[in-house]
Amino acid sequence: MTNQTLTGRHLIGIKDLSVQDIELILQTAEQFKEVLQRPIKKVPSLRDITIGNLFFENSTRTKLSFELAEKRLSADIINFSASGSSVSKGETLLDTVQNILAMKVDMIVVRHPSVGAARFLSERIPAQVINAGDGTHEHPTQALLDAFSIREKKGTLQDIKVAIIGDVLHSRVALSNILLLRKMGAKVKVCGPPTLLPKFIQSLGVEQTYQVKEALKWCDVANVLRIQTERQDLQYFPSAREYQQYFGIDRALLDSLDKEIILMHPGPINRGVELTTDAADSKHSIILNQVENGVAVRMAVLFLLANRPLSN
Amino acid sequence: MNAVTKSKGKIIASKDSLTRSIQRLCFQLMEHHGDFSGSCIIGIQNKGVWLAERLKEKLYQLDPKLAILSGKLDITFFRDDFRKGNKILTAASTEIDFLIENKRVILVDDVLYTGRTIQAALQALQQFGRPASVELLVLVDRRFNRHLPIQPNYVGMRVDALEEAYVQVKWSEEGDTDKIIMFDSEPKQI
Repeated sequence: MTNQTLTGRHLIGIKDLSVQDIELILQTAEQFKEVLQRPIKKVPSLRDITIGNLFFENSTRTKLSFELAEKRLSADIINFSASGSSVSKGETLLDTVQNILAMKVDMIVVRHPSVGAARFLSERIPAQVINAGDGTHEHPTQALLDAFSIREKKGTLQDIKVAIIGDVLHSRVALSNILLLRKMGAKVKVCGPPTLLPKFIQSLGVEQTYQVKEALKWCDVANVLRIQTERQDLQYFPSAREYQQYFGIDRALLDSLDKEIILMHPGPINRGVELTTDAADSKHSIILNQVENGVAVRMAVLFLLANRPLSN
Repeated sequence: MNAVTKSKGKIIASKDSLTRSIQRLCFQLMEHHGDFSGSCIIGIQNKGVWLAERLKEKLYQLDPKLAILSGKLDITFFRDDFRKGNKILTAASTEIDFLIENKRVILVDDVLYTGRTIQAALQALQQFGRPASVELLVLVDRRFNRHLPIQPNYVGMRVDALEEAYVQVKWSEEGDTDKIIMFDSEPKQI
């Protein structure tokens, strides 16, 4: 194998990654997945690195997954949540981060409600930045772990048909997934109510439909998104009940298809809205595999970003 | 050692002598491990794995009744030069689908130089259980270049060379014939 590393110093979005970068991350994640099966799951690679996890927005999976990945790589970590911090006293993002960096932090993982927050920081601070979600823009590690999970089941991403169903307009998971899947040769169809599909989405090389059954019949993999009520400033659909009627996926709908599809969801699930309990917990679902793979993929990203000659 | 040409290196073991060394190592292993029950062979990625394959192939030829447990170990995540030099490390796969608890482990690598790879391998090995013992088999022992107190149990050949010299084992898997080459310094493209 040739010596390879990522092209960029930071991970801001899938947009900046080359096909080789994505391939390298997915391959390295396979090695980390094996490490996570061992009786002792810790490796010493990042023992001289300090990582700050800066979460300006709520998170369960991403935060725990990054934290565990960092611990498995032996990094020192500090955690920061906006709630209960001086952010409520009016401290700016840059001031907050620079104060944290003054404590000699090498790398930061940042989640923020504003689009572009991660890039803003990466251009202004010496530490390496990993975007753990910036508003409705990108969530690169989620897209990488989704791709890893699909590849694990299907063996490849080339020509795999992926339907992304739900609140595409407000979803950073959708944008990162579309960019990654298109780069890796998969086919993508988005599906949702017209109000929740962005205009000109076809310019990203995806098809669109308003019929959930049509999308499910077409696809090999259905990635179902959460209805993001916290980002919806307008009434995009009449009621959760009506959304469930037209776009919700239940067991009967899955059983009516003449093939087995893979069901994914980035979490948290609104049970009974986009997915019913019998669908979310069915044999089609790989939702918990996604969470498991998240740790391996994030270990790969952290390892590869740290894996640079010191002269650079 | 004779003078080494700067660019191409000097062949210090041909395919035939390599085959003979491997055969001798196999007899030594059989002497110490009998039918290999309770023993296992672990090759260090990448080139130690190829040597381990050669050893297994020869052992099966010598005694087809043998059943030998074997695995591959990648030590990238345990190396002590991560972020220390100019080299970028790339991980390979680890395939050990058994516990080494109470087993006699034979660790296999191509060249023993500073001993740092073996130190990392010993650390990595601990994740798979507590072995009864660990032995080290190498094809080439550069015995005057050690940074750590690590010595091999089985040696193909000993090479006494200057610190800056570079010894490389080539395998047919790399699209070459089996041989050992010595360069007077590390080639740019390996």
